[in-house]
Amino acid sequence: MLAYILRRLLYAIPILIGVNLLTFALFFVVNTPDDMARLQLGAKHVTPDAIERWKVEHGYNKPLMLNAKAEGTAQFTDTIFFKHSAAMFVFEFGKGDDGRNIGNEIRTRMGPSLAIALPVFVIGLMVNITFALLMVFFRATYLDLWGVVLCVVLMSISGLFYIIAGQYFIAKLWNLLPISGFAGGIDGIRFILLPVLVGVVAGIGSGARWYRTIFLEEIGKDYVRTARAKGLGEVRVLFRHVLKNGMIPILTGAVVVLPLLFMGSLITESFFGIPGLGSYTIDAIQAQDFAVVRAMVFLGSFLYIVGLILTDISYSWVDPRVRLQ
Amino acid sequence: MVRIGVILLRTGLLGLGLSLMAGCSDSWNNPYPGSEAHANVLYSAFSERPKHLDPARSYSSNEVEFTGQIYEPPLQYHFLKRPYTLIPLTAEAVPTPRYFDAAGQALPDDAPAASIAESVYEISIRPGIRYQPHPALARDAAGRPRYHALDAAAVAGIRRIGDFEHSGTRELVAADYVYQIKRLANPRLSSPIFGLMSEHIVGLKALGAALEKAAQDRPDIALNLDDFPLAGAEVVDRHTYRIRIQGKYPQFIYWLAMPFFAPIPWEAEAFYAQPGMADKNLSLDWQPVGTGPFYLAENDPNRRMVLKKNPHFHGEIYPTDGSEDDRQAGLLADAGKPLPLVDEAVYSLEKETIPYWSKFLQGYYDSSGISSDSFDQAVQFTSGGDPQLTDSMREQDIHLITAVAASIWYVGFNMLDPVVGGLGEDRRKLRQALSLAFDYDEFISIFLNGRGIPAQGPIPPGLFGHVEGVAGLNPYVYEARDGQVQRRSIDAARRLLAEAGYPNGRDARTGAPLVLYFDTMASGPDAKSRLDWMKKQLDKLNVQLVVRGTDYNRFQDKIRKGNAQLFEWGWNADYPDPENFLFLLYGPHKKVGSGGENAANYDSAEFNLLFERMKDMDNGPERQQVIDAMLEIVRRDAPWIFAYYPKSFGLRHGWVMNVKPNLMANNTLKYRRVDPDLREARRAEWNRPALWPIVLLVVAIIAVIAPAVIAWRRHERKTA
Repeated sequence: MLAYILRRLLYAIPILIGVNLLTFALFFVVNTPDDMARLQLGAKHVTPDAIERWKVEHGYNKPLMLNAKAEGTAQFTDTIFFKHSAAMFVFEFGKGDDGRNIGNEIRTRMGPSLAIALPVFVIGLMVNITFALLMVFFRATYLDLWGVVLCVVLMSISGLFYIIAGQYFIAKLWNLLPISGFAGGIDGIRFILLPVLVGVVAGIGSGARWYRTIFLEEIGKDYVRTARAKGLGEVRVLFRHVLKNGMIPILTGAVVVLPLLFMGSLITESFFGIPGLGSYTIDAIQAQDFAVVRAMVFLGSFLYIVGLILTDISYSWVDPRVRLQ
Repeated sequence: MVRIGVILLRTGLLGLGLSLMAGCSDSWNNPYPGSEAHANVLYSAFSERPKHLDPARSYSSNEVEFTGQIYEPPLQYHFLKRPYTLIPLTAEAVPTPRYFDAAGQALPDDAPAASIAESVYEISIRPGIRYQPHPALARDAAGRPRYHALDAAAVAGIRRIGDFEHSGTRELVAADYVYQIKRLANPRLSSPIFGLMSEHIVGLKALGAALEKAAQDRPDIALNLDDFPLAGAEVVDRHTYRIRIQGKYPQFIYWLAMPFFAPIPWEAEAFYAQPGMADKNLSLDWQPVGTGPFYLAENDPNRRMVLKKNPHFHGEIYPTDGSEDDRQAGLLADAGKPLPLVDEAVYSLEKETIPYWSKFLQGYYDSSGISSDSFDQAVQFTSGGDPQLTDSMREQDIHLITAVAASIWYVGFNMLDPVVGGLGEDRRKLRQALSLAFDYDEFISIFLNGRGIPAQGPIPPGLFGHVEGVAGLNPYVYEARDGQVQRRSIDAARRLLAEAGYPNGRDARTGAPLVLYFDTMASGPDAKSRLDWMKKQLDKLNVQLVVRGTDYNRFQDKIRKGNAQLFEWGWNADYPDPENFLFLLYGPHKKVGSGGENAANYDSAEFNLLFERMKDMDNGPERQQVIDAMLEIVRRDAPWIFAYYPKSFGLRHGWVMNVKPNLMANNTLKYRRVDPDLREARRAEWNRPALWPIVLLVVAIIAVIAPAVIAWRRHERKTA
């Protein structure tokens, strides 16, 4: 398995180079280094000299990808692309255009992102699976029918609506929780309750419906009939047998997103004032901070690859027939 | 299953009990710790984290909101007096420039500007002013800086400034001001005003070039500014320094009230330049060191920033001189009291307007702006068109604060454009016709909820040169009839258009319809209605308007290269002088060619000549006369359609005192006062938790689960 993981990690390198190249190309198609300088220097009294000085200070005075004036490998290494990308492969993200250390920012902001994303993921998974199993248990009854209707309604509503409605009813009208904010330690719990609740409720519709489909498919299989024939109760059949076998497709969707939980959620963090990585990314895009954008895209790609590897590993754990070679 | 129901019920009741207990002691939705309940703290918010807190770099309003409270330039604006008046802050007095000719001979104060080769400002600062406590200023028993020889290992365990065990202070000296002026030329800081100041401060441009070379030669080493002399800024004695300005630049005095000219102790730069500091975001850009009434005690721009009272603050009192209106508004109730009046100010990051507004209504923010979403909820207009608060706002003892900003929005004509540009009579009439067609009175009413005043010229109200009433009208667009001000009729615009060679919107020679192009950064559904409105304005003249939407970068690029035809732009005052607006139309400041701020590329010899005269004059009837002549020229030539002066609307709770809009000053936090006990009482009253939803939720869960349990039991029995 170790050899498999190593091989997958090596495959990741060209993928990450490709992602980096694509990000670089897309970013500089719409932004020139001059645009970046102007945005950083402000709208007033910006002289061409000031722009040049900013570019020199931030390493944007070089050619983008090919330095025709240089010789040998310097043609490729003495470029904006190389200077700003090479160090990322050892997770040295450097500084943002505002001068702040990106690595430090990521480390600081990862916690708040996880504080929301992890409970939403774990509780959401439990709630969705439980709700799905309940619908399967009461399949073909009014509970199943209205459960599905409820799921369709829930998944048809925009995520933003849940946030606004949650803030309005729970925090503003009923005064039960703070509308927004964040704090470290135990005091932080009251701030994350509302975004977690909103996140879980917003995910019930699609999650429970999908898991219901998976479990319904499982429940019709021979081993379930055998289990029932043995005289096992429905609860035991569902939770011991159906759930275990239904976990394989669930894992496909769940494990792959696990590393991406670090990246946070753009809208949730923005509305609830969570100082996480989601808001960091969106701020960087708005500020045309290429250093941060490329770092976050790189990190996102890397974590996605890690997620895919973890999914493969989890397959082999839950299904003994799968062997990683 | 019955057991599960019982457990749920018990849990619900327990939660209810706990909730009730919690409700007795505190509001559940209070985002602040209970310990702050009666503290003398002001609560505010910021929507975008500041990029820079280094006074050499910070320029945006959201940055100056913090640096203005921490750093102290030599001068400041009087909090209450209008028109805006400069008074000393750390300086002993507002300096009066001395003038010298090219031979170094002193000239009288009324010497003609052309004869002045140099203006010298000598500024004496008050002795005894001390910096906030900071580790950069800490010294050991032998008097050596305690933390100036740190290595990476020593910094490894440090996460924030408060992690240093010792802090120190020292007296503010004149050398600190000179040091900061030199910092403006440091290429590693990219100060936004370096370009402008290098044209005025003697030797600053040369210093910039020398520092740039040194920075390139020694990229990994911090520049020691003491090794680089600056002829234009020198220390006279411990508390006096001198600034030399090329020629005459009376507006320089206003720059001395901005944080760009605040002092920086050399120790701070030496401290932050040590290895490992920047990697932890410990830099002067993020951890200021100032002498102001507050210091930045907590800097987490991703969450909140906290300013606390500087224990070494030199002492300043609340102004005792204000107008009768100020007295009646209660703005002199604290006259003579020592500043600052609050112990702490907490700024929370609030990116979205909905939670910001809701928290303001709950009493968790002391003041708020009014977004378009909540405008109708907050403000209504009387039959006379005056804004007033709605009943719900008044019930909460919320107060409305309005002020006309020292800003202008305009639609510019690119004067280099072959269709709308040029100073010929026909082009002038075309622009006048278009100026008449754009009904900005209507625009303000429809799109700004009345938050603006139709502009009559480039100078906004509150600044010298702006004339109120009929005398200040733009006669090419407005007329006074029977004492009433009204726009000229659209027929007048049609006549002008015909005289310009476009009768009924068609070229008299070719018969082709007149098509104009409007470049804008505006996009989205909100912008669409505004752009449709613009098209409709020209429809009145049978002129077609093609909107060319673009992003900010491309828009700037078009303006810079002179590729736009009509465009919308605005300007905020840097200082309260008409020069700061009229220079936007000064020919040598054209965007195309010289990269200046004259985006319309307007270049009238007549106007330029008057501008050169006006900019060096002192305020008075003679200057007003020159300005009036300049206004007449730009109104006639119409390089801009003068759109509107924006009006800002803000709200404050009844427990916040001493709020008077001061659009020039950025250090007004020290004047604010709050009544924490009243605030706490109101918060408790407004935020009583509603418990019935919890009960209802528990009942609903039971109601859903109970039939399921019953059904399951039936199912199990059947199976059995």
